[in-house]
Amino acid sequence: MHLLVCGGTSCRASESALIAESLKRELEEKGLGNEVQVIMTGCFGLCEKGPVVKVMPDNAFYVQVKPEDAAVIVAEHVIKGKPVKRLLYVNPSTGEHVSGSGLMGSYRKQIRIALRNCGSINPENINEYIAREGYAAIGKCVTEYTAADVIDVIKNSGLRGRGGAGFPTGLKWEIASKNQADQKYVVCNADEGDPGAFMDRSVLEGDPHSVLEAMAICGYAIGATKGLIYIRAEYPLAIQRLKIAIGQARDYGLLGNNILGSDFSFDIDLRYGAGAFVCGEETALIHSMEGMRGEPTNKPPFPAESGFMGKPSNVNNVETFASVPVIINKGWEWFSSIGTEKSKGTKVFALAGKINNVGLIEVPMGITLREIIFEIGGGIKNGKKFKAVQTGGPSGGCLTEHHLDTPIDFDNLVAAGSMMGSGGMIVMDEDDCMVSIAKFFLEFTVEESCGKCTPCRIGNKRIYELLTYITKGNGTLADLDRLRNMCHVIKDTSLCGLGQTSPNPVLSTMDNFMDEYIAHVTEKRCPAGSCRDLMKYTIIEEKCVGCTACARGCPVNAISGERKEPHFIDQEKCIKCGACFERCKFGAVLIN
Amino acid sequence: MSSIKIELRKEDVDKINEICDSFGNEQSELINVLHKTQEHFGYLPAEIQEAIASKLNIPVAQVYGVVTFYSFFTMTPKGRHPISICMGTACYVRGAEKVLDEFKKELSLQVGQTTPDGKFSLSSLRCVGACGLAPVVLIGEKTYGRVAPDDVQDILKEYQ
Repeated sequence: MHLLVCGGTSCRASESALIAESLKRELEEKGLGNEVQVIMTGCFGLCEKGPVVKVMPDNAFYVQVKPEDAAVIVAEHVIKGKPVKRLLYVNPSTGEHVSGSGLMGSYRKQIRIALRNCGSINPENINEYIAREGYAAIGKCVTEYTAADVIDVIKNSGLRGRGGAGFPTGLKWEIASKNQADQKYVVCNADEGDPGAFMDRSVLEGDPHSVLEAMAICGYAIGATKGLIYIRAEYPLAIQRLKIAIGQARDYGLLGNNILGSDFSFDIDLRYGAGAFVCGEETALIHSMEGMRGEPTNKPPFPAESGFMGKPSNVNNVETFASVPVIINKGWEWFSSIGTEKSKGTKVFALAGKINNVGLIEVPMGITLREIIFEIGGGIKNGKKFKAVQTGGPSGGCLTEHHLDTPIDFDNLVAAGSMMGSGGMIVMDEDDCMVSIAKFFLEFTVEESCGKCTPCRIGNKRIYELLTYITKGNGTLADLDRLRNMCHVIKDTSLCGLGQTSPNPVLSTMDNFMDEYIAHVTEKRCPAGSCRDLMKYTIIEEKCVGCTACARGCPVNAISGERKEPHFIDQEKCIKCGACFERCKFGAVLIN
Repeated sequence: MSSIKIELRKEDVDKINEICDSFGNEQSELINVLHKTQEHFGYLPAEIQEAIASKLNIPVAQVYGVVTFYSFFTMTPKGRHPISICMGTACYVRGAEKVLDEFKKELSLQVGQTTPDGKFSLSSLRCVGACGLAPVVLIGEKTYGRVAPDDVQDILKEYQ
């Protein structure tokens, strides 16, 4: 019997390490220390209900476990074989406890390829990875395949880059393989900068060997002997696990000289990012790895021709790499049987925002948004109404209820005015103001623009200012035209992917929620009631009992009125802090 | 470059040289050198940047350019309890801005500043990848999840 304790970032933050320790202690006390293993795994994907403990082979899925629960799990489940009902996951639609993870709606629609080992193995033990066909694919490559064979398999599989743009991976490898040089590099882009996306982190934390193996396979295919992983310094746990994994792989002869006795040699080093979103762009990433400012340069030359240190380099994202070993093991026919015509396989999405099951999911391409949000995600929090979902982060756009039944793949998302991006999916409900959301993303872009090209550096700042005017109630209809015009100029003239996509959140919210923009500029009203400057607090005379709580709490003395008489808010003085609303026990303060 | 003037002691310079040596004084290792140096000193004031530049034999402007480009590097010392509020999208839609405002109000600090007694510093960061706990606040190594503005006073009390 195994007790799997989630060691992903979210669960760790809720003290899952303490739970693992308590479980071990309980088992020791009962004399079961040798028979039942407690394993810290990578992310299970159901972060909302963390910390998660899974009992195998029973598949019992315990949620929101506390260290104190260790005693009952050991006494009841491990010893008596009776699952602890109160800790089992509850199906939100039926309110019933679910006995096994296989029956959970959030898992039933998923196909886990990139995440195949996350939550199932101990990421700090190479033997567990090997036991699940780990390093079999690199073995197959060096013994049975030529480099060209490997490229053919990846090309035929239809795998496309999971980092954002969806460029065909096999084609990228082929280009890099054709460029002759004394040294080539395989680069793994683990600079996950899209706020709200955390799939790369989960793969690296939960299954680091899958990425190492894939990089070696890529090295074999393109003729490179060196691999570099560019990872965010903000991901200490992922860095630690990668270091352990690289050390173990070297000890086993799976990295280093003459891998598995062949004449292929390959080794991997880490390079640290330092918090710059633009470094997700491959030319900027390469400059950053060279110790410089992470500013992008014009393509061509593409990294496949002249990349790291001027040598041909192949850059792929973590999730793309994580899919590679399975494709080699199971064959391209299997992989290309999943998904849609032009987007094969699966995609990992980080589901977050106003949704019941925040977490990481992996679904076949072609699934609909409805299935993701209402079946896997368990619907909107607090029974609110679904409004939109932002995909593709600051480079993407929003999808609304009109798109709920559109099959999701690279091309359909672009057609709908958004993009796949790295796979962040932020769900918004009726309380979210779309103008504010656009402003939020632009604030991010302004901060992250590297400043090299003018349209991005200055243009985005101007857009941000216009959006600020609008959310403060100072915008005009002419501003909306100006806004749209400027967005197109920035898209057309920026140097790199950051500027070429940064206006997308504005354009897409304008396309889908123009009525909200118009309400802000003509009626000076925020339909979602979220823009503070457009709010108006008033006191309903009939409800006010004159307790004076609001007047005493008002920081600017804007509220007047005698004790036991209805009170009044002076709109000139009011700073819209909401203190009166929070203090009123009689529901007499109205927000408009 | 910075309003803070410090004098580097000999052992500080030795430490910087040691770090540069450990990376073979390679110019392409500048970012790794800066990571290690900041880990040791807590921040990267102008004087430290000058020492690194002379050791790696590159212009100070290049070091300064890199330090100011990346948000992870800082030229002002952080507080003993650095407070970071996640402003990733998931935290934002779940009310991170109100939490940040509350911290600003309670500490009378702006983002990027440190209290005069050097106890707290306030910063915002982008997505720590714990979106299940949104909104998230980090104080030092400790993570606080599902923080509401009302919780801020209690959280700060833990550090009194």
